[in-house]
Amino acid sequence: MKMARAAAIVLALFTFLGCSKESDSFKIGAVLSVTGPASFLGEPEKNTLLMLQDELNAKGGVEGRKVQIVIYDDESDVNKCVMAAKKLIENDKVAVVIGPSISGNTLAIAKFFAPAKIPLVSCSAAEKIVKPVDPWVFNTPQLDRHAVGKILMDAKKKGYAKLAILTVSDGFGQAGRAVLQELIPAQGLALVADEVFGPKDTDMSAQLTKIKGAAPDAIICWGTNPGPAVVARNRAQLGITTPLYMSHGVASKKFIELAGVSAEGLILPAGRLVAVSQVPDGNPQKALLTKYVADYTKKFGTAPSTFGGHAYDALMLVTEAVKMGKSFKPQDIRDNLEKIKAMPGTAGVYTMTPENHNGLDESAFVMVTIEKGEWKVVD
Amino acid sequence: MSVGYRRDMRWLGGFLVVLLLAPPLLGNNYYLTVLTMCCLNAMIAVGLSLLVGHAGQISLGHAGFYGLGAYTTAALSTTLGVPVGLSMLAGVGATSGVAALVGLPALKLKGHYLAMATLGFGVILSILFNETVGVTGGPSGFTGIPRLSLFGVEFSSDLSVYYFILALLGLVIWVAFNILHSRVGRALRALHTSEKAAQAMGIDIARYKLFIFVVSAAFAGLAGVLYAHYLTFIAPASFGFLFSVQLIVMVVLGGMTSVPGTIAGAFFLTVLPEFLRAFENVEILLFGAILVLCMMYLPDGLAGGSSRLWRLVWRKMFVRAEKDPMEGGGNG
Repeated sequence: MKMARAAAIVLALFTFLGCSKESDSFKIGAVLSVTGPASFLGEPEKNTLLMLQDELNAKGGVEGRKVQIVIYDDESDVNKCVMAAKKLIENDKVAVVIGPSISGNTLAIAKFFAPAKIPLVSCSAAEKIVKPVDPWVFNTPQLDRHAVGKILMDAKKKGYAKLAILTVSDGFGQAGRAVLQELIPAQGLALVADEVFGPKDTDMSAQLTKIKGAAPDAIICWGTNPGPAVVARNRAQLGITTPLYMSHGVASKKFIELAGVSAEGLILPAGRLVAVSQVPDGNPQKALLTKYVADYTKKFGTAPSTFGGHAYDALMLVTEAVKMGKSFKPQDIRDNLEKIKAMPGTAGVYTMTPENHNGLDESAFVMVTIEKGEWKVVD
Repeated sequence: MSVGYRRDMRWLGGFLVVLLLAPPLLGNNYYLTVLTMCCLNAMIAVGLSLLVGHAGQISLGHAGFYGLGAYTTAALSTTLGVPVGLSMLAGVGATSGVAALVGLPALKLKGHYLAMATLGFGVILSILFNETVGVTGGPSGFTGIPRLSLFGVEFSSDLSVYYFILALLGLVIWVAFNILHSRVGRALRALHTSEKAAQAMGIDIARYKLFIFVVSAAFAGLAGVLYAHYLTFIAPASFGFLFSVQLIVMVVLGGMTSVPGTIAGAFFLTVLPEFLRAFENVEILLFGAILVLCMMYLPDGLAGGSSRLWRLVWRKMFVRAEKDPMEGGGNG
């Protein structure tokens, strides 16, 4: 009897877990790093997707169908991401997948999508994701190349000829370093020092002292919090007055909090999201950014980061592609994603082509400086 | 002993038959991926259980060996264009060689000190994977690794790769059972109980410890090379300290001294998070709670727990069978 009862419970549990809701909704999959080291990316992305799902469905869905987003957490882990992606493709039979949050995970799963004939719109920025172009893989964040280009334009304008770079030894920092090493000489500038620090280092005085010795006209630091904040503090402590550029990786309020007064006067390229109120009224992104910031702040009690914006853009690109073709077929969504022209998003204005699956350029960035603890657009 | 050996072989046969029949029954690629990951983790866990469970030597560096195998074959086959079969052999060979070099001094240490030495080694490897960007691709990972192929024949479907990995897992388990049921196995158990007593009995403890350390690392290296060619992408984050700890948990949770238990532990820990996905936000809480419950109520692991459960059920049924006629008589 006992065994029979136990068997019945187990069976019931399996049927409960096994049964999926059959409906004619538009099913979108998402695999994001909601927990783990990359949760600062995945969490706002998840929040954004859930918020937009409610918003779209309140307006009657997309092309008459309710939007249903299935979100899996990959815990910032490659293997979990692989399994989650397979599950979305094989079990949930989604029409399109959004994410992952980090480049490594995107590169690990990207090759599943061409055989499955399902488009992937990644929220991570590595250039390798869209170069060379995989017909089924897209990404929404601004590329490092655009950020570096923007910084070098600014440096040239100010007449800096000798540059030093200081990068963090993680995926973001080393991808940036490779682009910096390529573009600085290509723009006719001199790279006089190339220093690296560890993601968990708490003092970068040694690297900065070495850079000071090379007497550059400006320093470019590439990393995500908290490293660059330490660099800013050390620079102030060492009394270095050489201008310091930061990457778009620190374009969040958190950085200003961490760096305190030593953040004053630093210059960096950032998406318009960080300084919505300073975006001129005629800008195509203005209305959308204002609404996104207001909605997100109202719902979650904190301003959105640019990372949440990447998920916003991914979902909006997908729904736009559906509307263009009035079709929910993965093949049609893919084809129409490539035809999107001048569509404003949170990161910039997207124009996709069969050769360009990112769709942004340098204009997605504005140069900002930090003044009295606030962002100030300088161009 | 030979009865035990035959029982173990029967178990291995049954295990392989079940896993052979599993894919057509489960029927889609997602389950196949999960099963493949289970087999890879089980491969490392079996090696680790020989070392930790039977020989009593703690290693917190096995994720490093796993990564070393993966990166060696990736670099050789992708960057230098060595045929995949050869690069895989080299990967396992390099892992064993490094394990021998590390094991020579490290195995002179005992207990916490050995754990610390292997931990340090694991961390050093992890730093190497991250920093030697030119060779490993650095933190953003190594892309474009060729798929598994032998003698020019590519395993093009995921199913064929799964069967290949399953066959090798079978081989690994077979080797493990043979070691355990041999003179070496008895020597290992002896030195686990007391190194001094074992030495007094004439067992060359240094040699046996080194031997089992190298075998255990070679299994991890084998899993590593298979993983690299299965996924065709590797990143240093998969081979960090946390994974070493996870491996130890698999061994302990499964039952330290039981190979089937260890495999159960590896399968359980790989499948459980996938199974818990249905519970979305509370999945991590549930995962932790299940582990805590296991440790509280199954102190001798899944293997010990299941055999106790089996005895309990057996006794219940036996007792009931005796009772039943009496109950019937009472009613009548």
